[in-house]
Amino acid sequence: MVDITSSQLSGPQGPKPRKALSRRNILLYGTLFVVTVYYALPLYVMIVTSLKGMPEIRLGNIFSPPVEVTFEPWVKAWAQACTGLTCDGLSTGFWNSVRITIPSVILSIVIASVNGYALANWKFKGADAFFTILIFGAFIPYQVMLYPIVIMLREIGLYGSLTGLVIVHTIFGMPILTLLFRNYFTSLPEELFKAARVDGAGFWGIYFRIMVPMSLPIFTVAMILQVTGIWNDFLFGVVYTRPESYPMTVSLNNIVNSTQGVKEYNVNMAATIITGLVPLTIYFVSGKLFVRGIAAGAVKG
Amino acid sequence: MNKSVEIKNLDLEFGAVKVLQNLNLDIGKGEFLVLLGSSGCGKSTLLNCIAGLLDVTAGQIHINDKNVTWAEPSERGIGMVFQSYALYPQMNVEGNLSFGLKNAKLPKDEIAKRIKRASEILQIEPLLKRKPAALSGGQRQRVAIGRALVRDVDVFLFDEPLSNLDAKLRADLRVEIKRLHQNLGNTMVYVTHDQIEAMTLADRIAIMRGGQIMQLDSPEEIYGRPVNKYVAGFIGSPSMNFLEGRIEGDVFLVGDLAIPLAGYEFASGNAVSGEASLGIRPEHVVTGELVGNAPFQIDIDVSLIEPTGSDTLVDCEVAGHPFRVRMDGQAKIKVGERLRLGLDLSKASLFDKTSELRL
Amino acid sequence: MADARPSQLFRNKSAKIAAIPMIVTALFVFVGGTAWTIVYSFTKSGLLPRLKWVGLDQYERLWSTKRWIVSIENLMIYGLSMLVLVFVIGFILAALIDQKIRFENTIRTVILYPYALSFVVTGLVWQWILNPEFGIESIVRSWGWESFAFDPLYNADIAIFGVLIAGLWQGSGLVMVLMLAGLRGIDQEVWKAARVDGIPAWKTYIFIVIPMMRPVFITTLVLVVTGIVKIYDLIVAQTGGGPGISTEVPAKYVYDMMFQANNLGQGFAASTMMLLTVALVVIPWAFLEFGGSKKRG
Ligand SMILES: Nc1ncnc2c1ncn2[C@@H]1O[C@H](COP(=O)(O)OP(=O)(O)O)[C@@H](O)[C@H]1O
Ligand SMILES: [Mg+2]
Repeated sequence: MVDITSSQLSGPQGPKPRKALSRRNILLYGTLFVVTVYYALPLYVMIVTSLKGMPEIRLGNIFSPPVEVTFEPWVKAWAQACTGLTCDGLSTGFWNSVRITIPSVILSIVIASVNGYALANWKFKGADAFFTILIFGAFIPYQVMLYPIVIMLREIGLYGSLTGLVIVHTIFGMPILTLLFRNYFTSLPEELFKAARVDGAGFWGIYFRIMVPMSLPIFTVAMILQVTGIWNDFLFGVVYTRPESYPMTVSLNNIVNSTQGVKEYNVNMAATIITGLVPLTIYFVSGKLFVRGIAAGAVKG
Repeated sequence: MNKSVEIKNLDLEFGAVKVLQNLNLDIGKGEFLVLLGSSGCGKSTLLNCIAGLLDVTAGQIHINDKNVTWAEPSERGIGMVFQSYALYPQMNVEGNLSFGLKNAKLPKDEIAKRIKRASEILQIEPLLKRKPAALSGGQRQRVAIGRALVRDVDVFLFDEPLSNLDAKLRADLRVEIKRLHQNLGNTMVYVTHDQIEAMTLADRIAIMRGGQIMQLDSPEEIYGRPVNKYVAGFIGSPSMNFLEGRIEGDVFLVGDLAIPLAGYEFASGNAVSGEASLGIRPEHVVTGELVGNAPFQIDIDVSLIEPTGSDTLVDCEVAGHPFRVRMDGQAKIKVGERLRLGLDLSKASLFDKTSELRL
Repeated sequence: MADARPSQLFRNKSAKIAAIPMIVTALFVFVGGTAWTIVYSFTKSGLLPRLKWVGLDQYERLWSTKRWIVSIENLMIYGLSMLVLVFVIGFILAALIDQKIRFENTIRTVILYPYALSFVVTGLVWQWILNPEFGIESIVRSWGWESFAFDPLYNADIAIFGVLIAGLWQGSGLVMVLMLAGLRGIDQEVWKAARVDGIPAWKTYIFIVIPMMRPVFITTLVLVVTGIVKIYDLIVAQTGGGPGISTEVPAKYVYDMMFQANNLGQGFAASTMMLLTVALVVIPWAFLEFGGSKKRG
């Protein structure tokens, strides 16, 4: 082959010249910049407002950074802010939410993973019918089932208790989680399951010794999904608990929207951030897994 | 000039990864050129550069004597056929064929004429109103070829068009592509990793490895006189036997064998002494009654036989190297049997031990 | 197989026991609970559920209640605007992000984070930003445009759009993520084929890519619609249904009737109407998706 050196080539060669500031790029990055700012702005406003004193808020505008940073609103939001009834801030709600979220997440994941495993590997007659009902159940507006569940919980003496709310979260988390686990277990190689059966392992043996160790990522996805969902719940909290055990979202709403007294916007925003802190942390830490969780919520059976 | 596609000093990098390096290639008008190489060697990348789907890092591409390095794919006078067919699934066959033409604002009757011609050539007239989902793999690929055909261009680019089809269909469609080339006389650049496809279709084959062209020659030449050990091993199935030894004078020494080199044409004209590999294709080993005519003969023990119907492959050892021989399917051989083989060096290849180049 | 086959009931016994929570939930809560509510929507239940039949009375009363009508209107306005905008915004953002841009991860992270926040938090932030005394309106006025008015939360005519802004902010990231996944799922060779054919990018999106993404669009549609019908916390936190009743929605009507107004029958009838709305979307979708071929899924 003849080797010509580059200098001998004439006319267009190499990459097509592109201006870094082409109209396309300006439009593309310009739009994305504006969009990003728009989405980020509320978080920024929350933070700066929560760090200002009330006099500064009354004078300045909500976007200006605090001249004098104060953490007093955060302290007040956490320990002293008043809901309609009491004045002990968000702390009670926070601990209630912790006491609701932890058992709900564990219970719902345990039940749904075993369910999903039974559906994926131990198909029995009628299993698919129940599963279909379960999936359709995910689309039924909660309002339709609110009152029947009140009655059921009352019958077993758990209405108003945290245990009752844990059961409710487990029930409503079941469709999506079962789907998540069923799909995941179905995607595992079936030979593995068959080999274990040939080796004489039973239902629980296979579940604990093979399925669970192989499925840590999906358990993480489920956990992210559930912690976020349950922490953010408002409706079930209001309906199924008493004021002294309201979760954080409900306390937050009561603090901010209570009509008594002077509005302390900085305290309100501090309270709002504190409430959003748990899911935000999970979101920023988990990144791709969070996205996988919501994508899983969107996949069809 | 009788060149259809010229590639000059082409470089292509994906970030820090250099995929193609200083590649030069001329393709003649009406030529069927096959780019052959194992997966990941840069065949598709090269084809995409020709098509204009990738921006080259350096160098030039000319098509029909026009420098098209900076031209859009649609302006280069090419048509392209993809492995996944890449049909527009929501449009029927006619829509697929006409979408590009309509977009180029061709007059209606011209579009109709071209669709008619393409569908006649490819025999897809009864399918015109169907959606791709309602077609078989072979029919889909025919439509994809039709989409290139209606563009009325001189150069066709194929990127592994038959790889998604099953073996039988692949063989059928291969013949059709060959016939299409004979009838139309267009330039065709065809990427494949299947050497049978390459051998049967090509006027010339370019064997690629690591983003470079190892050998560019006619199929016969590539098969008969591979320029290096890689090409020799890559082409031919079952692949070439290699005996590692040394050339001394006019014999090749391996183990306790001394094989005379008489009949071997050295690239440099005369014999070169030194370490070398002797390559002999399984089908070039002489067996049966003709053994007596071979210049060199050796007795071996049959260790394994693989009947394939038409042929029987015999595994054995020659001077401590695994060795395969292709025999007639009718031959009656048993494992453990002793067999006399004849080697004819006029059809063999010798490669330098270190540079692996043909001697 | 032939002899002494163990009883059907005890095959896969452990699996059946493990599935009991699912079976109980499916039958008692989802089917039973729904049926119970529908049945009691035909009764004269007040403070407590009572099986005193009144036929369609509750529904007649429901549809002659101003607040319910306003709730439905709001749901329509909010729902349709939300649907259109969330799809347009979500798709455009996904298409922009799909252009092999720099900082893709950062941009995606910022667009999606609101989705991690609860509706209560969302509602309260936007209540603050849209506060005319301190928020956007006051800022624009302080720039010298004295007559500028943007106080959706205090103006009954446009209050629902104030909620819409918050809802879009919270939910469009989800649609973007789903659309992006859809775009990334498109065979790259189709894009190449279109370029060889000389089809401009916008035409490729409209005539080739979007039609190919139909399944993603449908799934997203179902997800978004069921989310819209459930809207409750956002309203409670951001406007409390006000000013007046201008941002009332059906879910809030149900809650208020059941747990504040001691008018269970109204709550049951209203929630049954909500169920009907969802069914109108979900059932055709289920037919499209699973009806045709039983094999898939
Ligand atoms: N978009 C890309 N970015 C980075 N590397 C790529 C890209 N496309 C291909 N490559 C790399 O370039 C090499 C050649 O790829 P390709 O031309 O597709 O090989 P093939 O010969 O199998 O068609 C491979 O090693 C592949 O990993
Ligand atoms: Mg390739």
